[in-house]
Amino acid sequence: MDEIIRVKNLYKIFGDRPLKAIEALKKGESKNDILKRYKLVIGVQDVSFSIRRGETFVLMGLSGSGKSTLQRLINRLHQPTRGEILINGTDIVKLGQKELREFRRKTFCGMVFQNFAILPHRTVLENVEFGLELQGVEREVRENKARKMIRQVGLEGNENSYPSQLSGGMQQRVGLARSLAVDADILLMDEAFSALDPLIRRQMQDELIELQAKMKKTILFVTHDLDEAFRLGDRIAIMKDGQIVQIGTAEEIIAKPADDYVRAFVEDMDRTAVLTAGTIMQPVRETAFPADGPRTILRKIRRNGLSGILVADANRQLKGYIIADHLADYIRKHSEDKDLTLRKDLISQPTVVTSETPLNEVLKSYKDVQYGPVAVVDGRNRLQGVIVRGAVIAALSEGARTESNTNDADT
Amino acid sequence: MFPFRIPVRDWISKGVDYLVSEYSALFDAFSSLVYFLVDHLKEGMLALPPLALMAIIVLITWKMAGWRVALFALFGLLLTENIGLWDALVETLSLVITAELLVMVVGLPLGIMAARRDRFDAFIRPVLDFMQTMPAFVYLIPAVMFFGLGLVPGVVATFVFALPPLIRLTNLGIRQVPAELIEAADAFGATNSQKLLKVQIPVAMPTIMAGVNQSIMLGLSMVVIAAMIGAGGLGEDVLRGIQRLQVGQGFEAGLVVVILAIILDRITAGFGNKSNQHS
Ligand SMILES: Nc1ncnc2c1ncn2[C@@H]1O[C@H](COP(=O)(O)OP(=O)(O)OP(=O)(O)O)[C@@H](O)[C@H]1O
Ligand SMILES: [Mg+2]
Repeated sequence: MDEIIRVKNLYKIFGDRPLKAIEALKKGESKNDILKRYKLVIGVQDVSFSIRRGETFVLMGLSGSGKSTLQRLINRLHQPTRGEILINGTDIVKLGQKELREFRRKTFCGMVFQNFAILPHRTVLENVEFGLELQGVEREVRENKARKMIRQVGLEGNENSYPSQLSGGMQQRVGLARSLAVDADILLMDEAFSALDPLIRRQMQDELIELQAKMKKTILFVTHDLDEAFRLGDRIAIMKDGQIVQIGTAEEIIAKPADDYVRAFVEDMDRTAVLTAGTIMQPVRETAFPADGPRTILRKIRRNGLSGILVADANRQLKGYIIADHLADYIRKHSEDKDLTLRKDLISQPTVVTSETPLNEVLKSYKDVQYGPVAVVDGRNRLQGVIVRGAVIAALSEGARTESNTNDADT
Repeated sequence: MFPFRIPVRDWISKGVDYLVSEYSALFDAFSSLVYFLVDHLKEGMLALPPLALMAIIVLITWKMAGWRVALFALFGLLLTENIGLWDALVETLSLVITAELLVMVVGLPLGIMAARRDRFDAFIRPVLDFMQTMPAFVYLIPAVMFFGLGLVPGVVATFVFALPPLIRLTNLGIRQVPAELIEAADAFGATNSQKLLKVQIPVAMPTIMAGVNQSIMLGLSMVVIAAMIGAGGLGEDVLRGIQRLQVGQGFEAGLVVVILAIILDRITAGFGNKSNQHS
């Protein structure tokens, strides 16, 4: 896997003579002890991880856990106390001021901030041009680019507005466009959507996912919201007291929380938004082939104690679904016909999802069909598995149980 | 109470004598520069027919502060002309503008420096406090010592008196620029001068303009006082009124000072609002 950022044993201690704190940490003293004894604040301690090119990597944790500090170390807005940060193979800790500036310009799409950090005296267009302007890009070129980005984020027609005339969501689009206008690999976003109200926030998350599909940046996204982390992140790193306590995909973190801190986060969340069809599907025990005779198919159904059967060809291409009762009726009516063949209209269209479909959407489609399983297929309509009603209910009640647990804890 | 007297006055006059004789070329050059500026400004403005200059001032006022203030300016200026104080007003205006130009040339860089370097800020803060608590006419003394009597020491005293608020507010304005904006500029790879010119100064502009406004107001009050050392302008008419107990005449000149003050205040405040309206 192509890796773009690698961080090794990184420390950031705030205060004078910070190395004392590293010694103390090695002796096992806590963040609070060190703050009291040495007046040093632990921002980030002994963090190592790497980020793959093109992935959305989320840093997640409570307030003060060091997310922003870690992110700002990676573009060196903070000077590391110790450790290495390799980006595209360059150790940026060693760069001089001028080299660092050049490096930021060609590697980072600036940064997107919680409070937007766009310039109040500049129009939307001028704000979006900002990064290019700093690089000395010609007026015409940068204006074209900026206009294109403004269109991409859906702000057409607002080019000449000032930030004070825009809503929060629109201002953050400006912030996003300003970053995307710069041709660079890595996009840093610090609580970029946290200041927006929930509806707009959702919308921005969806749009980011859409934009990301087109732009294929490497995104390092900071949030304290697990829902957001799981929606956006290919992988999530959970931070606590300046350390990373767990790295993994949403499913991995939900399935195996590393410790109680992570468990506490995971329990609060709505599982149906995180679990996907893939996580709860079951292997298909037996399918009918299109060439099978009706009696063979009925035998297959009875043998497995099913109420129906999926039809797939030898290449596992999904062809449809046959309901046991309908098939049985058909056979009874034509009982004297020895060479009975399958009538086309007995094969119905089952509900189909892919393994990435979130469970809450599976549930929605489930309500639409009275009977039959949900078929899970891959990109080429090949049958992967099946979701039976029981599995969905189980996953749901699991969510309900954790929810009622937390409610109990509250009362 | 004491058997001796500490010779403060001797030290100071010796010091001044030393400076004046050692750096006479410098003082002369500065002197002629100031004289040149004030004189050309004044002659330039007087070369215009009063009505034309009035129209220009009223137009600027209208642009910056709206039609009500512009109307006030029109009547105020017409009144000034009518009571024969037009030339004095123009002279005072040239003194104030020149002094304010010097204030900006010196004050902006000092304010920026104070915002960027805490140690310089710590050093300059008490100096500014000292400058601002000193009674205004005390500034006349060193000005006279270095530049004699006349218009140049008047401008110099005005300059010194009007300098602190611009330094203070420039410093304040730049320090108040949100940290995130600076971080954003850094994250996009801005150089220090790009940060200053594209982020810090423009964002601090409303506050800096408030500093300009304050220093112009202080400058105007000082220019009037500077008539005591022969700076000329409206102050001279006020002074004459006082000395000859001609209440009416002194009051007329005072009134014109107020008119000028209001016009200048609204224009510069208008500038501030214009740079403020987007934030
Ligand atoms: N410039 C600084 N000087 C001193 N301490 C700092 C500085 N920046 C951060 N810290 C401290 O470092 C720790 C981590 O802070 P950081 O801002 O990275 O947390 P965070 O996870 O981003 O939290 P939040 O969700 O509140 O933004 C905190 O204890 C904080 O007080
Ligand atoms: Mg933060």
